[in-house]
Amino acid sequence: MAKRAAPEVNAGSMADIAFLLLIFFLVTTTIETDSGINRKLPPMEESEEDVVIKQRNIFTVLLNGKDQLLVEDELMELKDLRAAAIEFLDNNGDGSCDYCKGKKDKSSSDNPDKAIISLKNERETTYKTYIAVQNELVAAYNELRDARALAQYGKPFSEMQADYKDVNWPGNKERLKAKIDQIKTDYPQKLSEVQ
Amino acid sequence: MSKFKKKKSGDMPAVNTASLPDIVFMLLFFFMVATVMRQNTLKIENNLPFADQVEKLDKKDLVMYIYAGKPSANYVQYGKEARIQLNDDFASVRDVAAFIAAERASKREELIPFLTTALKVDSDANMGLIGDIKQELRKVNALKINYTTKKGSVLGRD
Repeated sequence: MAKRAAPEVNAGSMADIAFLLLIFFLVTTTIETDSGINRKLPPMEESEEDVVIKQRNIFTVLLNGKDQLLVEDELMELKDLRAAAIEFLDNNGDGSCDYCKGKKDKSSSDNPDKAIISLKNERETTYKTYIAVQNELVAAYNELRDARALAQYGKPFSEMQADYKDVNWPGNKERLKAKIDQIKTDYPQKLSEVQ
Repeated sequence: MSKFKKKKSGDMPAVNTASLPDIVFMLLFFFMVATVMRQNTLKIENNLPFADQVEKLDKKDLVMYIYAGKPSANYVQYGKEARIQLNDDFASVRDVAAFIAAERASKREELIPFLTTALKVDSDANMGLIGDIKQELRKVNALKINYTTKKGSVLGRD
């Protein structure tokens, strides 16, 4: 009489499988962190004297209630905004900026330090479009800074910033910080919003 | 004859449950890691816009959240215009200053200059509301703001 009980399932490796799954999920799950575009609002107190800025140094971006874009008095598509902003910032009209690659157009900005982007929106403008425009303008600055950093230090600006934040980065942080600040003064972010 | 008499009285081997704790712990760990504690219950639609030039907003304890958007389906009685939400309830623009003051009071004094205001605004809200919020923030000198967005391309998406 053969005694045939069902063979016991070997559960010895079950724990291994469980740990494998655990590790898989641990690695693939990211705790969501918010990210966004950082801005600094201008302080409330108005400066007494009016600063005179030449018209050619201002790059006006108007957003109307129908989400249409008017850049320097011309209608423009959102996708062309970045290139137009780069061209304006990098123009180097007075020739004082030796790293600029612009056209040296006399009717456009003098140098990146003087160039100001002015953004005005209506109350009816949707937030989505506003963010898209902000994003393109920030992107213009970032591209110029990347190019400048790549030319001077052989590394894009965004990578330098990532290194600076990375605690495991082996290099000299103070020197890196000085480099970052240098790039920031080469292409200062002068983005003003009109109320 | 004896061939059909094999059935012994309920000789099924018990299922080995030795690894049950492992599985339970696995699930526990997974949920511990993946869960994000929600601070506020949203009463508004909050479909954030897309942007790709984003910076991370770390140090969660130094962030004050201001939500804005159209009241969600359960709260249609509040109208269809975009509203501000602070903490767990609808608020008006006037309440922003008080909210910032309360948030500041709850933080240690030396941390106050590092506080950032995160604006989580629905992509269909209009800028009038945001302008008003920004004006209020300037009045109370909360100048560091962050437009919270989803990561993605701004072009070709609606």
